[in-house]
Amino acid sequence: MRAIVTVIGKDAVGILAKVASKCAEHNANVMEVTQSVLQEMFAMIMLVDITKLSGSFAALADDLTALGDSMGLKIHTMHEDIFNCMHHI
Amino acid sequence: MINTYDVLETIRMIQEECLDIRTITMGISLLDCIDADINKACDKVYKKITEKAARLVEVGEQIEKELGIPIINKRISVTPIAMISAACHCSPIPFAKAMDEAAKAVGVNLIGGYSALVQNGFSAGDRELIESIPEALACTERVCSSVNVGSTKAGINLDACALMGRIVRECAEKTVDNACFGAAKLVVFCNSVEDNPFMAGAYHGVGMPDCMINVGVSGPGVVRAALTKYPDADITQISDVIKKISYKITRVGQLVGVTASQRLGVPFGIVDLSLAPTPAVGDSVAHILEEIGLERCGTHGTTAALALLNDAVKKGGVMACSRIGGLSGAFIPVSEDAGMIAAAKAGTLSIEKLEAMTAVCSVGLDMIVIPGDTSADTIAAIIADEAAIGMVNTKTTAVRVIPAIGKEIGDELDWGGLFGSGPVMPVRKESPSKFIGRGGQIPAPLHSLKN
Repeated sequence: MRAIVTVIGKDAVGILAKVASKCAEHNANVMEVTQSVLQEMFAMIMLVDITKLSGSFAALADDLTALGDSMGLKIHTMHEDIFNCMHHI
Repeated sequence: MINTYDVLETIRMIQEECLDIRTITMGISLLDCIDADINKACDKVYKKITEKAARLVEVGEQIEKELGIPIINKRISVTPIAMISAACHCSPIPFAKAMDEAAKAVGVNLIGGYSALVQNGFSAGDRELIESIPEALACTERVCSSVNVGSTKAGINLDACALMGRIVRECAEKTVDNACFGAAKLVVFCNSVEDNPFMAGAYHGVGMPDCMINVGVSGPGVVRAALTKYPDADITQISDVIKKISYKITRVGQLVGVTASQRLGVPFGIVDLSLAPTPAVGDSVAHILEEIGLERCGTHGTTAALALLNDAVKKGGVMACSRIGGLSGAFIPVSEDAGMIAAAKAGTLSIEKLEAMTAVCSVGLDMIVIPGDTSADTIAAIIADEAAIGMVNTKTTAVRVIPAIGKEIGDELDWGGLFGSGPVMPVRKESPSKFIGRGGQIPAPLHSLKN
């Protein structure tokens, strides 16, 4: 099982590090990262393995959302199934 | 592996364009709750609903969290109560109360199935149930009711139309302190369907399994946003754009339905391919029609644009899910759609135009506020007109009009939330009483004879 973590907002130092360490706290393994900075807007998409989460999916998602709020970023954590079903036949 | 564009598109659809799953509805059969003793029967009804749906809300919220998509409503539909209450030979009001209590216990916001199917005539229990609807809807909070008065196979039961004209008025009169809300929880159908997940008209048909999960999708905002990118496309291209986007919308519905059915251990029934609007900004079917090129919804061209929209939504959705059912079409409830409300207030959208629109889309004259002095016979005739469109076109049609008791043109009713608000719309003053008073059955059309 994998989830996709999307981080959108104004670029700042340490975004990747903070999000990755939050994932580590929940034992979510970061598998792939793509990121871009366009006119100071930061967009990062992380694919994380959630099969061995230490807590619940909801706890991970809530923690990441709270982290985003504290940094002025929008962080969405969603199961990869929703993207696969929508964009692949 | 990760396609950034796809990921961001999905997030934009949910965050900015109001994409959501409108409802997960659990259908529950109550046939095994029949008992001549009404107290025993009601106990069985309460027990069965609360057992089957115990985890419905919890699982819905879990899926919502994991997939990151709002699931607005978790609801329940049950076997038409007239079939259950017939054996009791008394007022079926206690069933409504049992349903309401069960709905509150499991945390669903509406429960449908306080219903009777009388397209061919009244059987035991039907009249008692119909007569009790105004009281049942006034003394409960979450119960919804529907009555099927016609079908392509049976024709139209004109006696039932006459009766329902009076009942709709009584529902409004009994709830006049609550903006006549009772009438908003009652739908009068022709060709009603057994697997409809949408309220207020949902019930669990007798041909269904003991319990099943049906899903209703939404997404008018997403369709409109997709169309804004093609301001100069011809109408065939517009159809293609709608097809592609409705494929994506429906896929999410399928995913949610399959996941919910697995987790609840209940068979997955159907996805209802409907564009269901809400009064929220950016979630309007009328605004899609305006995006296609109408200055205001309700003007000439509306029926054609709506026909195209309705058809494209189905064609896009049909490949996206394993089974399609329910009402499946664009909904045009006036009070629940910001664009429709504006068009009705401006006088562009009339009941006559809405009637024409119902011939090409799902589902009928829906959430329309009519003057408080509208007679029962006029409401009956509105029901008969709408049923005729459904009967002849082999489609579901319905009437959910709310007589605004004590109000007239220029006033409005406001319920807030998903039910929205609507201006009082004019109806014809000339009497149809002689026609309605004839009673009897309008015979089924020739093309119903297909065997």
